[in-house]
Amino acid sequence: MLKEEKYQKLKDIIKIYLPEDVAVTDIEQDSHFMNHLNINSANLVDIVLDVEDAFDIRLENEDMEKMQTVNDAMAIIDTKLAAK
Amino acid sequence: MNRRVVITGLGVCAPNGVGLTDFTNALLDGKSGLRHQPNLEKLGFGCQVAGEPLVKDKLIEYYFTPLERRGLNATGIVYGVIAGIDAWKDAGLEKNTTDEPSWDRGVIFGTGILGVDKFREAIHLIDEGNVRRLGSTSVIQTMASGISAYLGGLLGCGNQVTTNSAACTTGTEGIIMAYDRISQGKAEIMLTGSCSDSGPYVWGGFDAMRILPRGYNDNPTKASRPMSATAGGFIPGSGAGALVLESLESAKKRGARIYAEVLGGEINSGGQIGEGSMTAPNSIAVQRCIRNAITNSGIEASDIDVINGHLTATSKDGLEIENWSKALERKYDDFPYINSFKGSVGHCLAAAGSIESVATVLQFKEQVVFKNVNCDDIHPEILAVISESCIPRETKRHQSKIIAKASFGFGDVNACVIFKSFSKE
Repeated sequence: MLKEEKYQKLKDIIKIYLPEDVAVTDIEQDSHFMNHLNINSANLVDIVLDVEDAFDIRLENEDMEKMQTVNDAMAIIDTKLAAK
Repeated sequence: MNRRVVITGLGVCAPNGVGLTDFTNALLDGKSGLRHQPNLEKLGFGCQVAGEPLVKDKLIEYYFTPLERRGLNATGIVYGVIAGIDAWKDAGLEKNTTDEPSWDRGVIFGTGILGVDKFREAIHLIDEGNVRRLGSTSVIQTMASGISAYLGGLLGCGNQVTTNSAACTTGTEGIIMAYDRISQGKAEIMLTGSCSDSGPYVWGGFDAMRILPRGYNDNPTKASRPMSATAGGFIPGSGAGALVLESLESAKKRGARIYAEVLGGEINSGGQIGEGSMTAPNSIAVQRCIRNAITNSGIEASDIDVINGHLTATSKDGLEIENWSKALERKYDDFPYINSFKGSVGHCLAAAGSIESVATVLQFKEQVVFKNVNCDDIHPEILAVISESCIPRETKRHQSKIIAKASFGFGDVNACVIFKSFSKE
C-alpha cells in the first residue's frame, strides 16, 4: 500500500470523529488528535478499532498510548503491516 | 411555593405514527400500529404481534450526526431523541448554543431497560474474550440514564437531568416528577417523557409469562382488545413520548402555545400487600392514588369528564374500571368517557405512560375523545359498572375540561395525573 493511500485511508477514519469546529482540511501529518483536532479521548478508542478493521491489524495497549498524532498512527500502522 | 404548570410541547414516536401529525391522524381513525413480526415468528414466540415505530433511516439522519449513528444500536435512544427533540421544537424552544448551561431547564426521561441490542452485542464480544473491541459507546447506550443524558446534552440543560424507572408507570410518573419540580420553583422548563426499546429481548420475558395473546398472529390489528370480552392479554410495543412542562409564568413570557394545564397528580404503591403482588395491583392503593390525585389537583371527582385508563387488554381491565368507579364514586351513565389507546398502539411498557399522555393531551387540541378499537364486545364485568355510552367506539367530538390519566406497573406501582383544558383567563 502506498503511503499516500494509507494516509488517505486514515484521514477517512478520522474525519467522522472531528468536532463541528474542526474541518477535514485541518488534518495534518503532525496533528495531535486531542490537542489540535479536539477529538475526545473516548473517540480515540473508536479510531483505534476503526484502524484495526481498515488495515486488518491489531493494536496493543502500548500502541494506543503512543498514538498521539496522525504521524504516530501512520508509524504504528507501518510497523504492524510490516510484521504481518 | 405552588406555581401553575402547563404543557407547551409534545413529541411522539409511536407504533401507529412517528411525529404529531401522523400520530393524531392514526388516533382519529383508530389506525393500528400493531403488526406481525417475522423475527418473533422465526424465534418461535407464542405471540408474534408487536407494535414498533416505523423509523426511516432518513429520519435518523436528521436527528443524529454521522458520528452518533456509528454503532448506534439502542432503539430506545432513537425513539426518545426523536420524541424529545420534537417536543422541544414544538414548544418553540431552541437548542442551547451559548457557553452556559440552561440552569432552569432539565430533563426527566424514563425507561425500563435501554440499549438491549447494544448490550447483547457487548455480551457476545466479552464472552469471546474481546472486551477491547466494545468501543466507546457501549456504556452510554446501555446505561438506563443514557436517554436523559443524550437529551440533556443535545439541549444543553443545566437543571436536573435524570431517568426514572417504574415499569409501565414510568412515563406518567415522569410527568408528575417534572410537575413537582416546576411547581416547587426548582425549574422553569422540564422535558419529560419515556422510551422503550423494541425487539425480542425486551418482549420475550412477557411471552414466557404467557400473558400475551397467541391467537392473533394472522390477524395482528385485532390482537389488542382492551375492555373487550375477548381480551386475551396485551400486545407489547415500543417507542417514546415526550412533553415539555413549563411554569405558566415562563410560558406566558415566551408567548408559548399552551396545550393544557397539569393540575397535579399522585404516585403510590400497594406495597404488594393484600391482593397486590409483583404483577397484580392492590386495588386499595389504585383507588387511593386516583383520589389523592384529585385532591392534590384541587378538583372534585365530578369535574372529570374523560379518563385515559391503563387498560392493557388483560383480564384485569374489569378490575381497573371498578377501581376508577369506586375512587370517583361514579358509575353507569354518570361515569366519564373512558378510552385506552392500547388497542391500536399496544402496550409500550415504559413508554406507555408518555405516549398515552401525549395522546390524552392531544384530545384537548383536537376537541375529541379518541376512539377505542377492538371492543365492540365490551366485557360484561365492565358493563356491570359503567354504561356502554362511556366507551366511545368512534372518535367523538367533545371539548374536554378535565382528563385523568393513570398508569399502573409491575411492582404494584401507580401514577395518576390530572390535565385541564387551558383557556386564557
